[in-house]
Amino acid sequence: MSEFDWKRRHFMSAAAAAAGVVLAPGVTLYGIAAKAREADVPVTSETRWGLLIDVNRCSDGCDACVSACNEENGIEGHGRPATDAQWIRKVQLRDPRTGIEKHFPVMCQHCAEPPCVDVCPTGASFKRADGIVLVDKHICIGCRYCMMACPYKARSFIHENVSEQRPYAPRGKGTVESCTMCVHRVDAGAVPACVEACGERGNGAMLFGDLNDPDSEISQRIATYATRRIRADLGVDPGVWYQNL
Amino acid sequence: MRALVLLFVLLVVPAAAGAQEGRASGPVIPKGKGTQCVAETDYMRRFHMIELTHQRDETVHRGIRTERYSLKECVECHASVGTDGTPISINAPGQFCASCHDYAAVTIDCFQCHASKPDGSDQAGLARSLAVAAGMETVR
Ligand code: HEC
Ligand code: HEC
Ligand code: HEC
Repeated sequence: MSEFDWKRRHFMSAAAAAAGVVLAPGVTLYGIAAKAREADVPVTSETRWGLLIDVNRCSDGCDACVSACNEENGIEGHGRPATDAQWIRKVQLRDPRTGIEKHFPVMCQHCAEPPCVDVCPTGASFKRADGIVLVDKHICIGCRYCMMACPYKARSFIHENVSEQRPYAPRGKGTVESCTMCVHRVDAGAVPACVEACGERGNGAMLFGDLNDPDSEISQRIATYATRRIRADLGVDPGVWYQNL
Repeated sequence: MRALVLLFVLLVVPAAAGAQEGRASGPVIPKGKGTQCVAETDYMRRFHMIELTHQRDETVHRGIRTERYSLKECVECHASVGTDGTPISINAPGQFCASCHDYAAVTIDCFQCHASKPDGSDQAGLARSLAVAAGMETVR
């Protein structure tokens, strides 16, 4: 077996080269760790991926992040909002006294202490070493305890047969799913689709990066500006931070 | 004793004949792209399911994204294209995965979730995203 000459194709290295070419001097990566992981190296807890969302930049009516997420992960609704899958949604808050309104996206908050993981009877709901909270759909039995446990209403159940899936984002009836922080992109060294779309078509309100690296853009911003997390009082230590909320 | 011999003849002779017949009318398996598989053909025939489940756990839980035993890559090489140029599901009757499995009475659910056709835009889209990610200014 070990003698077998398997002709390796180098998708990953080709992608890494593409990233290297455009890395002109003085241009820093948009919230991404410079050290790209090799395809055969497992993730470690040295990194903790997180998001920072500047609520002041996020505007009413813009759904660049939501549509990019749906496009990337092949999520299509059936015109039934109560049961259609939703990985990211725009939330609108209004202070009744002042009338001031805030708009911002809410997705899986990628908690360090995720309640969805605590309640899962099969181990399908799990936290990857680098902090990304996922459903292993191969083990998920569709019981939906995690949906009940999530304080952020971040998970969806797939009620109907799915076809025409993206090859890198398998999904199918009878399992629970939620924002994967575009794990397939992150593993290849790219930022999540919502962050990219917010920068390109939206208002540049989203930043992705390594919360464990004190020099990362996201850590620097969190250390400099007043930020908060939604329902921090629950003690679940979310990985999604909000500025100006 | 005679009863035993009779039993032997009854049991073994038809079975041998069946095996002979089975070999002649075995599954017709469409050929994959390229000249060789990701491991010896004999090994793949016998152990592909073990490699796939192993790879599945490695990718989902540990973020390992090697191509060799990736299901996505099997589809890239083993899915056929119809006469009109459109890709055919790798799990459609007579296609690569189904040809053998139907013959051996194996049922897999993989393609309820996994795309059963290759998608050329996949890698191109990601490469573009990498370029965008790298070229983007940090401070906004
Ligand atoms: C309920 C949906 C579902 C079913 C059914 C399913 N998978 Fe998956 N599979 C996934 C998801 C989700 C991923 C994670 C994709 C990622 O992170 O890139 C995945 C990833 C994988 C991977 C790693 C990625 C790749 O393409 O190599 C392998 C291998 C895999 N599955 C094999 C299988 C096999 C074999 C079966 C059938 C026995 C199967 N899966 C059935 C949802 C499913
Ligand atoms: C680089 C293209 C390529 C990839 C990727 C690939 N294969 Fe193959 N595969 C082939 C070719 C070519 C053959 C025929 C080899 C021969 O004739 O000896 C083959 C043969 C096989 C066979 C034996 C078929 C027979 O005729 O008996 C099996 C089973 C198989 N592949 C399964 C897989 C699985 C499962 C995967 C994914 C883990 C995979 N292959 C990935 C090209 C590929
Ligand atoms: C050369 C014939 C052949 C081809 C081609 C083939 N398989 Fe199989 N596969 C088998 C046989 C035979 C079994 C059952 C082995 C057993 O039960 O020990 C099996 C079992 C499996 C299993 C385990 C099923 C279970 O319930 O345990 C999976 C998963 C699987 N195959 C995936 C695939 C995929 C995906 C493809 C197409 C890329 C494929 N196979 C192509 C012959 C084949």
